[in-house]
Amino acid sequence: MGLFIAQLLTGLANAAALFLVASGLSLIFGVTRIVNFAHGSFYMLGAFIGYSLMQVLPGAVGFWSSILLAGLAVGFIGVIVELLVLRPVYKAPELFQLVATFGVILVIQDLALMIWGAEDVLGPRAPGLKGVIRIMDEPVPKFDLALIAITPFVLFALWYLISKTRVGVLVRAATQDREMVGALGVNQSWLFTGVFFLGAALAGLGGAIQLPKGGADLLMDFNILASIFVVVVIGGMGSLPGAYIAAVLISVLNVFGVAYIPQSTLVLMFVVMAVVLTVRPYGLLGREEVAGEHGQVGEPEQPIKPAGRSARILVLVFLIALACLPFVAEPFFTILATDVIVFCLFAASLHFILGLGGLVSFGHAAYFGGGAYVAALLVNYADAPMELAFLMAPIGAGLLAAIIGWLCLRLSGVYFAMLTLALAQLVWSLVFQWDEFTGGDDGLVDIWPPDYLSDTTVYFYFTMVVGIGGIILLRHMAHTPFGYALRASRDSVRQAEATGIHTKRIQWLAFSVAGALAGLAGALFVFSKGSVFPVELEIAKSFDGLIVVFLGGVKTLSGGVVGAAALTLVQDYITRFEYWRLALGLLIIVVVIIAPKGIVGSFRALFENRLGSAGDKPTGGTQ
Amino acid sequence: MLKLSEINSHYGKAHILNNLSFCVGPGEVVSLLGRNGAGKTTTVKSIMQLVRPSSGDVDFEGQSLVRSAPHQVAKLGIGYVPEERRIFTDLTILENLEVGKQPARKGIAPWNQQRLFDIFPNLSERRNNRGKALSGGEQQMLSIARTLMGNPRLLLLDEPSEGIAPVIVEQMVTTILKLKEEGLSVLLSEQNLHFARLVADRAVIIESGEKKFDGTFDELEANTEIRDAYLSV
Repeated sequence: MGLFIAQLLTGLANAAALFLVASGLSLIFGVTRIVNFAHGSFYMLGAFIGYSLMQVLPGAVGFWSSILLAGLAVGFIGVIVELLVLRPVYKAPELFQLVATFGVILVIQDLALMIWGAEDVLGPRAPGLKGVIRIMDEPVPKFDLALIAITPFVLFALWYLISKTRVGVLVRAATQDREMVGALGVNQSWLFTGVFFLGAALAGLGGAIQLPKGGADLLMDFNILASIFVVVVIGGMGSLPGAYIAAVLISVLNVFGVAYIPQSTLVLMFVVMAVVLTVRPYGLLGREEVAGEHGQVGEPEQPIKPAGRSARILVLVFLIALACLPFVAEPFFTILATDVIVFCLFAASLHFILGLGGLVSFGHAAYFGGGAYVAALLVNYADAPMELAFLMAPIGAGLLAAIIGWLCLRLSGVYFAMLTLALAQLVWSLVFQWDEFTGGDDGLVDIWPPDYLSDTTVYFYFTMVVGIGGIILLRHMAHTPFGYALRASRDSVRQAEATGIHTKRIQWLAFSVAGALAGLAGALFVFSKGSVFPVELEIAKSFDGLIVVFLGGVKTLSGGVVGAAALTLVQDYITRFEYWRLALGLLIIVVVIIAPKGIVGSFRALFENRLGSAGDKPTGGTQ
Repeated sequence: MLKLSEINSHYGKAHILNNLSFCVGPGEVVSLLGRNGAGKTTTVKSIMQLVRPSSGDVDFEGQSLVRSAPHQVAKLGIGYVPEERRIFTDLTILENLEVGKQPARKGIAPWNQQRLFDIFPNLSERRNNRGKALSGGEQQMLSIARTLMGNPRLLLLDEPSEGIAPVIVEQMVTTILKLKEEGLSVLLSEQNLHFARLVADRAVIIESGEKKFDGTFDELEANTEIRDAYLSV
């Protein structure tokens, strides 16, 4: 009994930081509709800044003021990010901003590395709260009790701010219809900045307050990301009490999980979420997202056209040039080109559901890695020939996507996105923790193609045929009735349903097809590298996919492929430098700001503008 | 007071407003009439800068609105009541009014909850109800009341009678006349000629974004050609 209570208290204490960070994420999303991937980075900065302040400020007063100051400092960093990075791209297509926040993650990672070094930092213990109190003979750290006591006050203060003050009223109004709030004379820009300040400050506070329990390290940013997404989704988007309950639920279960079923710790959280969302699709205290409630963001969709004659010829010429590559360049470039094609297929499959289907999947790596693992496991355990593995990889990944898609498609918008992320994490944690079967962190090695394909040049041609074939297949599907139905379901569910399209079924099918082709890319990948590790299933891999699709241009068919090629080539070059994350992050941010329609979209706009101004001149000219 | 000069507005590639010019004088109620799709809503949005005109100028009390943000336009004293009402359904009536609140303006008796509840007694009874619990007519009243909280000099009413019970429309006539007495100028976009005639001093008729008529209702009455061609009476 004593142990039970002690564990319960530990769980409650762990919930403090989780709640602070998650409530910040929820606030920012509610008002700005930005999914702030950089929220984990704010949390990490809070921890590091808090640590540095605690070195200088002495005693209990110093300790607690360090935490508050760290929160304030991170709040101001949030404001800088909002003003410099996000404000220029609010008008961009929905969710485009998350690419910018991804750039911010990279920049902050390297800045933290520069300032605090690569070593993990052990957090100082709280002065005056160093000992333990015995509760039913079990030791409970005093600091834990302090955290348990503080959190409800924070919750109350936030609740008061949101429900009872004018600022809170404006924030809630903006969550629902920000354009109307503007038309009533409220400067939304400052409202956004204010909310960003508050959200970032909460993340910073969370980072600093957990120092005595967890310290600070450079992996904190990604490590907390999945948990806070899960907390926000379980609690219900935009509900602060919901976030608190969810944070407690997750933390307490986690403590018990570690104690009783240690091999399940990573999986547990996602199982809880899956159960909650099955019973309550919009979280414990959330409300249903009504489609179109937030008004049209960005410009209306442009219909896409099949490639014209000249475009086809251009692509053909390019492919012929690509095919000549092994004859003119060093083997290194052939390998690089193989990587590029694999990544392009992965990106194209994500683009298929994201651009054409409007289904934002945050967990697309699950199918890429899934396909890779299916192939690798077959070779490893069944000694299957490569041909069979290649057949099974897309089937396996497609099935996985069908299962995940079936669960997720009951939701829409950001709930859908978060659930795909969480379930992808579930797949990752299964692979990661099931050592005996998947090799865990050591991965599966020695997965090579048969002799006739083992030469890099030959495998390059094989990749070209399969990979580009897959891309062309996806492109072709966009122009079939299936593709029309998919786009109709994206643009207007109601009208599509009224014309007899079973939108959910179409989306489910598209999701599965995209998963299968991502799995195919995974198979190409595993046989080109000879091995596969859990990293291929990680959030970072899913984010890579999102980044290239958005950077390339969501609204253009070739966006994903162009973005993937551009990023792989740039990354290959840039990673030779010490602080390449900083450089790449800045580059991404710059591209986001100057080309909000993506690379392809912006080039097209430029091209059309030239054409337009040469032809009929627009009347007048106030611009 | 408000002067539109040669406004052109586009939505994507569609050309919606075509060299549209008209004005609203101080204390005047002008009705913008036209069929569905004639460009009434786009006109109102172009004044608010929710749609950015590609050329032409919108002048309000000597100040050009073009290039201003919508919230700046509102701050100058233009109140916007959108066609879809767009009340905040998760907020109570009182909270909705709070969002619209702006500092008092010279020469206007400042609006507050009490004065608004005198005009819209239905809202008073339900002040702590959420927006989603209101009927269409009540939502329309709330939308107008919310905008009045900003103490505007000019009110843009976009099709306020659309989808509203006749009884409520009658009530709205009284309301608009009352606001006119207060010295408020109103631009009323409408399809309902009978309603417009009861409150407005002057009519501007547009079709395909072009002005077809600008004059008093008596003149419009006499000109059956215009009436038959551009209004569905």
